[in-house]
Amino acid sequence: MLTISEELHDKIVAHARADHPDEACGVIAGPVGSDRPERFIPMTNAARSPTFYEFDSTEQFQVWREMDDHDEEPVVLYHSHTGTEAYPSRTDVSYASEPGAHYVLVSTRDEHETEFRSYRIIDGQVTEEPVTVVE
Amino acid sequence: MAIEVRIPTILRTYTGGAKQVEGTGATLAELLIDLDAKHGGLRERLVDGGGLRRFVNVYLNDEDVRFLAGLDTPVKDGDTVTVLPAVAGGAS
Repeated sequence: MLTISEELHDKIVAHARADHPDEACGVIAGPVGSDRPERFIPMTNAARSPTFYEFDSTEQFQVWREMDDHDEEPVVLYHSHTGTEAYPSRTDVSYASEPGAHYVLVSTRDEHETEFRSYRIIDGQVTEEPVTVVE
Repeated sequence: MAIEVRIPTILRTYTGGAKQVEGTGATLAELLIDLDAKHGGLRERLVDGGGLRRFVNVYLNDEDVRFLAGLDTPVKDGDTVTVLPAVAGGAS
């Protein structure tokens, strides 16, 4: 299960809306082992594409080092789908390489309703999990 | 002295759980061959044919080796090599 604050939930949705129709992506860091998403880090989609995303490698290095320095890890890795449902695509599954992370997908295909769903992706296996938004 | 190599969680099955290993070599390619002798299978997760795999990032100190000379990038004692899986995906 993913437990996330309303503030962080809204920031992810706002980022996805702002970058629509391109895919938006980012990280929420939290203390190692806590499973608590706390620090919102929007990332550049180096692919700048409506059907693909990729972290900029230099930015990723800096962010990962910062997390290391703060004893944090990527608790949530999020990205948006802008024309399809918020479910991991084959591409998402093949590149997923953080077995400890919650993979959050949002879909902005509907102008008003934003789908917000969370998954574990481990060894190519996708498992959806409930999302609890807290104040 | 040696070259320090930082290993991401997903590849630690090859290093017996170690976050950090050490190796030697004059280039990144040589370093990876040296590492593979101690941590069999690791190199194949990073290299495909003659180059680095598309969705693995390898950094020399704080620079992506793709912006240096890739596998031919010279390395020396005291350097730190960091491996990070690229974060990528998308609807297509």
